Amino acid sequence: MSAAVEEVVTEGQAVEAVPKRAMTLGAGTSLVVLALLVFTPFVVKNFIIFQMTQVLIYALAVLALNILTGGSGQFSLGQSAFYAIGAYTSAILMEHFNVNYALTLPIAGVLCFGAGFLFGQPALRLSGVYLALATFALATAMPQLLKLGYFEHWTGGVQGLVVTKPDAPFGLPMSQDVWLYYFTLVISIAIYVFSVNLLRSRSGRAFMAIRDNEIAASAMGVNVSLYKTLAFGVSAGITGVAGGLGAIAVQFVAPDSYTINFAIALFLGMVVGGVGWLPGSIVGAAFIIFVPNIAESISKGLSGAVFGVLLFLVIFLIPHGARQIAIVGQQLAARVRR
Amino acid sequence: MLSKGLRTAALAAAAIVCASSGAIAQKKYDTGASDTEIRIGNIMPYSGPASAYGVIGKTEQAYFDKINAEGGINGRKIKFVSYDDGYSPPKAVEQARKLVESDEVLVVFNSLGTPSNSAIQKYLNAKKVPQLFVATGATKWNDPKDFPWTMGWQPSYQSEAHIYAKYLLKEKPDAKIGVLFQNDDFGKDYLKGLKDGLGAKASMIVSEESYETSEPSIDGHIVKLKATGADVFISITTPKFAAQAIKKLAEIDWHPLHIVSNVSASVGGVIKPAGFENSQGILSAAYAKDGADPQWDNDPGMKKFLDFLAKYYPEGNRLDGSVVFGYGVAQTLVKVLQMSGDDLTRENVMKQAASLKDFEPDTLLPGIKINTSPTDFAPIEQLQMMRFKGEKWDLFGDIISGELSN
Amino acid sequence: MELFTNQILAGISTGAIYACMALAVVMIYQAIDHLNFAQGEMAMFSTFISWQLMQWGAPYWIAFILTLALSFAGGIAIERALFKPLTKAPILTQVAGFIALYSIINSCAGLIWDFTIKQYPTPFGSSPFLGSQLISTHQAGMIGITLLMLVGLYFFFRYTRMGLAMRAAASLPESARLVGINTSWMIALGWGMAAAIGAVAGMMIAPVVFLEPNMMLGVLIYGFAAAVLGGLTSPFGAVVGGFLVGIFENLVGTYIPGVGNELKLPIALALIVTVLVVKPAGLFGRPIVKRV
Repeated sequence: MSAAVEEVVTEGQAVEAVPKRAMTLGAGTSLVVLALLVFTPFVVKNFIIFQMTQVLIYALAVLALNILTGGSGQFSLGQSAFYAIGAYTSAILMEHFNVNYALTLPIAGVLCFGAGFLFGQPALRLSGVYLALATFALATAMPQLLKLGYFEHWTGGVQGLVVTKPDAPFGLPMSQDVWLYYFTLVISIAIYVFSVNLLRSRSGRAFMAIRDNEIAASAMGVNVSLYKTLAFGVSAGITGVAGGLGAIAVQFVAPDSYTINFAIALFLGMVVGGVGWLPGSIVGAAFIIFVPNIAESISKGLSGAVFGVLLFLVIFLIPHGARQIAIVGQQLAARVRR
Repeated sequence: MLSKGLRTAALAAAAIVCASSGAIAQKKYDTGASDTEIRIGNIMPYSGPASAYGVIGKTEQAYFDKINAEGGINGRKIKFVSYDDGYSPPKAVEQARKLVESDEVLVVFNSLGTPSNSAIQKYLNAKKVPQLFVATGATKWNDPKDFPWTMGWQPSYQSEAHIYAKYLLKEKPDAKIGVLFQNDDFGKDYLKGLKDGLGAKASMIVSEESYETSEPSIDGHIVKLKATGADVFISITTPKFAAQAIKKLAEIDWHPLHIVSNVSASVGGVIKPAGFENSQGILSAAYAKDGADPQWDNDPGMKKFLDFLAKYYPEGNRLDGSVVFGYGVAQTLVKVLQMSGDDLTRENVMKQAASLKDFEPDTLLPGIKINTSPTDFAPIEQLQMMRFKGEKWDLFGDIISGELSN
Repeated sequence: MELFTNQILAGISTGAIYACMALAVVMIYQAIDHLNFAQGEMAMFSTFISWQLMQWGAPYWIAFILTLALSFAGGIAIERALFKPLTKAPILTQVAGFIALYSIINSCAGLIWDFTIKQYPTPFGSSPFLGSQLISTHQAGMIGITLLMLVGLYFFFRYTRMGLAMRAAASLPESARLVGINTSWMIALGWGMAAAIGAVAGMMIAPVVFLEPNMMLGVLIYGFAAAVLGGLTSPFGAVVGGFLVGIFENLVGTYIPGVGNELKLPIALALIVTVLVVKPAGLFGRPIVKRV
């Protein structure tokens, strides 16, 4: 093991490339999904609407991770930290400073963008498993920081903060859950459209160039450090907005809500949805919210094992995530059309 | 043969009696209760970092199976719906909403964990669903003014800490206290109770060491505490870490007065693995009988508990304090439901829960009784101190009330 | 000063735990170029198996050897059954597979042996080592076994054909195949060895932390950190890294006022990240040369 021997690594792809064309759904499918999302609340109970709101929020967080990992090839296990910052920002602003809930979201987003950008700096020199460890460190540090005595006055320490859920504005005749759902839906669609455009733009191409071959990208003149930190920033910002929405939906923030387990769950959501495939984010989010419930109903004592088995099934059948199903679907549709 | 007048009068009287007894026998139900069934909701960490406590939910399920086999409560069977929250507050909120809105339970019973319960407290109170007998000792559950639908069960951490403080002030007034506490709501609540109990003499505490549950071993903290010269060591720890502390203390040959929190006083769960020879002289307090203590083998209450285990929950470990806990709190709920009779509205269930007078479940220490009132939502407030000797705990002293003046 | 030395000694003894785990981590990395999240759980499960064997009456060393053999076989079996089909899948999907394995093993252990802690025996006794109360004979024994494994691994990788073949298969699979190495079985072998080393780690650690299904999570995190600090390609680095992390963590907890105690883990990890920024391959790892 002497240091005289160098370890030669062929710059293989850590993250597989998703062609730009396949990044989004076709127009038809998009309309169907949109219709489903808009009209379902009319026919289901409040509790299902609450769960759908959660799916949307987690989908935003998975989307952010998709941009970071699937887009720019940087592996992150630390998204729970940015989510926590966003959640606490909203909670503190709402409960201590009486800021309107809608206003807390852009503030959370900007704050997290800054945090992500800053974190991206030292992360520049790291990649692969080393970057994973660094982000992991961030994710484990966050609950500790939130519990610190210094901040207890604002954060509520280990007890957390209770958040008041907003009513529908202008006295609209809808329940809090329904209003919050549509509010979240509008924001999610806006962020989704923004992300798709981001990835199609010049910056997006820069991200993907870095993901596919960092050295070559740098040789071609792409400002690697700028774009890598930008990717971190954007991803963190979106995650922060998701965190803020999460705080409002759940009406509670506490350090225990944002542990490394959450970061791992988001990672799983990204893989199941299809790395780099933005529409898959919602599939991934649904997976991490509903499959544990399904596992629990199958066996309470072995819920973890059942979850693991289901996860294995998914990755055996569709190793590339939900994107594979979409591709198969597209091929079938093309054949039918002919 | 009755005259026509008398017959009419008799018929009328009979009719009136029927009508009024019909009114007395009128049943009132809220969602979750019916002629045949009472649905009870529950949230437990069956997975995740606190999964050791999942056994409480299983004990409760078994207890309700027993009650159902014996005819149910006033003829109604209990349906126990228990979900896993993995000790994560957002998941607890989801499960609580599911229980109330989808499963339509009458009450949410014995949900575990301060963070989870904090997360669902506002929701349940807003929905006017009883959050009964929560499985955490946090002091804040005794607040009927602000949260009339939330009630605790076990003695609060602060009241237990008060008892230790009182003991130290009396027995060792110039002690130097070193505290090891878990850095979460449990540990911090306890520490506050200790400091409040010591009052002006809180400076007796020379060192406070916190630890995280993610740390593999707390040995480093023990070394640090020994170096401060403390001669009293208070261990506000959960079972695994309490056992590690007992073991390390013996290894580094440090023999302070060792007080351990009731949460980790289980003989089977903590003392035996840590080693009986290392645990001599440790102090703690208890409110329930220990399944490992042979002095209760002939106690009628304990016998019922052991029969229950044999028949309905054979995998249950009598040495595990959590199993004893589950039995006791389930028995309390059954009592409340029985007291509610045919008026199974949430309001009445809460009212009955707040009117328990000297109720003694099978598994509480003799002399410790459950008392509640509309201004007192702390069912159990008494504890008795105990010292570990040989292979079991020796209770000593009087039953002390750790009651806090609110 | 006495506190300082005490904390260093205490750090060395906890560090031995991390070093043990870090060795297993490095082993799997040498074989498959990834970190296996489920490593800790596999070690925990092996330790439970040895405990169960002892409950059934087997003496310590018999149980120890049997468990090693079972773990080795188990590691190979898991790889063949669950991860061989995933070799063509993207790396991230494989990582998801590790997470799934973690979940399955943890849950099964909880069901079979429940979550209460169990005492686990040590063959070395628990009396103070060389009169020092800070290191017990068990911890000295643990350090000894770790060093023994380290030496064994060093010789295996450096001086045996099999070891060379494994290293080749992990770093340049294409070329390795061209010279006739069965890369697929090399990976399986790597898993088996990592499982066996993990089992040793678990059996050494359990007497200190008490045996229960959740005992390895914290250890695994520190093990990863130690392995990365030392250099993922260097078993020697892993062991050194383990001790360094243990010592550093204790010193941070003792001497940084206010937050030191609560932020022990994050600060330790931050230190490692800083080291990585300066020396990306870790302290003793071979420098990585990237070819386009």
